[in-house]
Amino acid sequence: MSRQYETVIGLEVHVELATKTKIFCSCSTAFGGAPNSHTCPVCTGMPGSLPVLNKQVVEYAAAVGLATNCTITQNCKFDRKNYFYPDNPQNYQISQLYYPICRNGWVEIDTPAGPKKIGIHEIHMEEDAGKLIHDEWEDVSLVDFNRSGVPLIEIVSEPDMRSADEVIAYLDKLRLIIQYLGASDCKLQEGSMRADVNLSVREAGSEKLGTRTEMKNLNSFKAIAHAIDGERERQIELIEMGRPVIQETRRWDDNKEASFAMRSKEDAQDYRYFPEPDLVPVIISDEWLAEIKARQPELRTEKLIRYKKDFDIPDYDAQILTSAKRMADLFEAATAVCGKPKKVSNWLMGETMRLMKEHEMEADELDFSPENLAKLIELVDAGTINNSVAKEVFEKIFLEDVDPDAYVEEHGLKTVNDEGALRSTVEQVIADNPQSVADYRGGKQKALGFLVGQTMKAMKGKADPGMVNRILKELL
Amino acid sequence: MSLMSLTAVELGKKIAAGEVSAVEATKDALAQVKRLDEKYNCYVTVDEEAALREAEAVQQKIASGELTGPLAGVPVAIKDNMCTEGMLTTCSSKILYNFKPTYTAEAVLNLRKAGAVVIGKTNMDEFAMGSTTETSFFGPTKNPWNPEHVPGGSSGGSCAAVAAEECSFALGSDTGGSIRQPSSFCGVTGLKPTYGTVSRYGLIAYGSSLDQIGPICKDVTDCATVLEAIASHDPKDSTSVSRESYDFTAALRDDVKGLRIGIPRDYFGEGLDVEVKEPILKAAKVLEEKGAILEEFDLSLVEYAIPAYYIIASAEASSNLARFDGVKYGYRTQDYNGLHNMYKKSRSEGFGPEVKRRIMLGSFVLSSGYYDAYYLKALKTKALIKQAFDRAFAKYDVILGPAAPTTAPKLGESLSDPIKMYLGDIYTISVNLAGLPGITVPCGLDSRGLPVGLQLIGDCFKEENIIRAAYAFEQSRSYAHCPAAE
Amino acid sequence: MANIISDETIEYVGILAKLELSDEEKEQAKKDMGNMLDYIDMLNGLDTEGVEPMSHVFPVHNVFREDVVTNGDEHEKTLANAPARSENAFKVPKTVE
Repeated sequence: MSRQYETVIGLEVHVELATKTKIFCSCSTAFGGAPNSHTCPVCTGMPGSLPVLNKQVVEYAAAVGLATNCTITQNCKFDRKNYFYPDNPQNYQISQLYYPICRNGWVEIDTPAGPKKIGIHEIHMEEDAGKLIHDEWEDVSLVDFNRSGVPLIEIVSEPDMRSADEVIAYLDKLRLIIQYLGASDCKLQEGSMRADVNLSVREAGSEKLGTRTEMKNLNSFKAIAHAIDGERERQIELIEMGRPVIQETRRWDDNKEASFAMRSKEDAQDYRYFPEPDLVPVIISDEWLAEIKARQPELRTEKLIRYKKDFDIPDYDAQILTSAKRMADLFEAATAVCGKPKKVSNWLMGETMRLMKEHEMEADELDFSPENLAKLIELVDAGTINNSVAKEVFEKIFLEDVDPDAYVEEHGLKTVNDEGALRSTVEQVIADNPQSVADYRGGKQKALGFLVGQTMKAMKGKADPGMVNRILKELL
Repeated sequence: MSLMSLTAVELGKKIAAGEVSAVEATKDALAQVKRLDEKYNCYVTVDEEAALREAEAVQQKIASGELTGPLAGVPVAIKDNMCTEGMLTTCSSKILYNFKPTYTAEAVLNLRKAGAVVIGKTNMDEFAMGSTTETSFFGPTKNPWNPEHVPGGSSGGSCAAVAAEECSFALGSDTGGSIRQPSSFCGVTGLKPTYGTVSRYGLIAYGSSLDQIGPICKDVTDCATVLEAIASHDPKDSTSVSRESYDFTAALRDDVKGLRIGIPRDYFGEGLDVEVKEPILKAAKVLEEKGAILEEFDLSLVEYAIPAYYIIASAEASSNLARFDGVKYGYRTQDYNGLHNMYKKSRSEGFGPEVKRRIMLGSFVLSSGYYDAYYLKALKTKALIKQAFDRAFAKYDVILGPAAPTTAPKLGESLSDPIKMYLGDIYTISVNLAGLPGITVPCGLDSRGLPVGLQLIGDCFKEENIIRAAYAFEQSRSYAHCPAAE
Repeated sequence: MANIISDETIEYVGILAKLELSDEEKEQAKKDMGNMLDYIDMLNGLDTEGVEPMSHVFPVHNVFREDVVTNGDEHEKTLANAPARSENAFKVPKTVE
């Protein structure tokens, strides 16, 4: 019988913080821009330049720590991590090793076996590296320091995860918490959230951890899941063949669906950390910590309770509305404008979800304004447009964020309330469909539905179906 | 007579009074450079055109009343490890042979605001690593008192330029004695302020936790005046300290009555040349006669300062100098095979032997498995040294001693034995570890006619005490011009 | 000499420091480093039990910047000293195989 193995996984998650400026200089963190257009002597390692810490970075890092049940290090310090690479302008990275800002936290994830706590070993602040672009034609790489110095937090988990599903659930949980805090947009594809996976396998029941490898370059949940499965298989194969697993860093190639050792004799991985002499300690007083706590926005659990209580939203709906910060924001903002939470919820749960699925979009990508959704709800409630027109208009709002008032006006979509005009259309429909009229009069109720449909079609959908019904019955 | 024979403050007064112009002063400085610098090699770069342009602009501002300070129009030389926008800044290293910064160091900006005219950049030990200015890629600077001797280091170019009167005053930097020791060897006055007093922004780092910029002048009045101009609380330097007062000239009083001066026995033992010891003790006597209270005491831990310093400074340097890699600025080797080969060849060809020695040592002491034994031990030693000074300053206002165990050695004598050279820093190094201010003032000549410097050390943020003592001592003698300058 | 520096150590430190030493320089470096470490070992004679390591001499803390963009596009300055550039980027030997 083949042996049973357990996979042991720990994660190092890097999150780019949503500050306006870099961690140690006043350069913009905005995406895009020509190479090196967001740079200065500090973030390009010019001789003589010195770092000055962005206060917002400390506040975001502490906020994430508080939201993940960490102990905040009230006297935290920066250290230098020394290694040579062209995207690292000083050839050292300012990071935290000895006194990271947060320690000993946890988050809870849902697993088929019930809720499970994933431990957080520490969270530290550090600077991001620049970007290397590899030239296809010449044997060179090009260095762009626009991302150099963008603030990061690195969240180091305990080796508490046992499967790709748990890893994804953990990442989802972190992403939701951090998005709710507004500390980052956490987009894996764009690199504002990145995960390195530490993985080892051991025989089921064994207490001793196996030798772990670290995998980098994982930029989607899919890649992470593939990499975990691939690396698990690779390590089990080695063990079964009686060969050792080597502790090393490996790069996941999603196209080849395989990982490759990043070994180099020039890469000693001896970072020679020492206290950063150019930065002074950060002392987070009880008062400051209390301020950060007080400013902490409402997180998902609190929102869930409030939606159910204040807006009378069913649990299932509240779960979905709070599953992404963007969704919850839309719900609250549209409700604030129109004061009709149930209707807003219906639009988000129904049409919005349907269109997201159709367009393969994530909630983060929703960019229509809540005001337009609120206006649409008002238009329907006032009877200005009917439900089918509203759906058509909503799709326009969803895709292009059109102003529904203007759009309805411009395209003549208002429900026709002029009884005279409607009556003459109905008369025409009766005249054109003698067979259906006869059927109806002969007791076939279904024929009425057909005639209503024909009238709506002739009115280009702009009639109030109730009124059409009434007039038809009257004339027949 | 050259205007450069005046002190900076004397010259500034003449300029303010309209007796001479800033342009004339700059021309005199440039003439003196032309006459003497081939011999002494004080400068790496002299930018005549820029200096004259700046002098003219400054003169206009003086005439319009916009510039009124004591340094307006006075020519200054800057050590070549401070960034000057558009002007070569080499750290006397091949690796920065062509580096023109795009910004100016805060201390230099402050001087410019005061109207001082930068005439050039002075030679130094490569990246400030050395005690003789012989490790410069651009050749050694020679001591104007005797060109067979070194000027000391690492600010040897700045000190020699002041002594040879190739400028009115200069800026230097001091990591382990680099202002005080060469000032002593060149017979000029140099002050290392309390750590954090002068911004390090734009100072190319050697040992970041120890580096401090300071003035090198003919006398104490100039030092206090220049310090007042360059000191500032700079938000760009996180280690910059906001001081209660930036008034350093108020301490220029010929009054040491009741000033408590401690003389550490540890500074006068074995290793101290008797030709240095005598003028120092004589100077102490002068201060006593003026009413200061002298007392001998044991400072302790003095011998531990050097190993602790070399661990900390080398470790920081190994990291600070990692950025010189042929990617963003400076020297890149011609032929290379791939990235790491490019790094190694550029750095190996670009750095000199002393710099490589310290980078290797610094990388080693930080490497895996050694951190606690070396770096952490050094930081603990530093804490004990600081405590020893704290105890001393509970009893004394000023600590008095030599700046170096000998007068200037001959060229070529020191480099053969690095440890012997390092031992020469024994009286200056612990001051950097503890972040204290120190000043050296000329106090005599040895039998070979080489200057001896008196070092006065103060408690942190107490520059006033050492300025007061140095000024009072200085009143007992006249400034000894270096014969070569005349 | 109490501290004997091996060829491997010099080789390893060379990789960390990105310095390539000639054979002659290596021999000199072994000697220099050994001597220096012997000298440094003097610190072993100092009792530092229970002493808090001091990295900053003054108790300055919490020096911050506000999160406001004040730097503009300075790419020409950034690239002004580049030994090799390609348009707006620094050019280096290829970093991947």
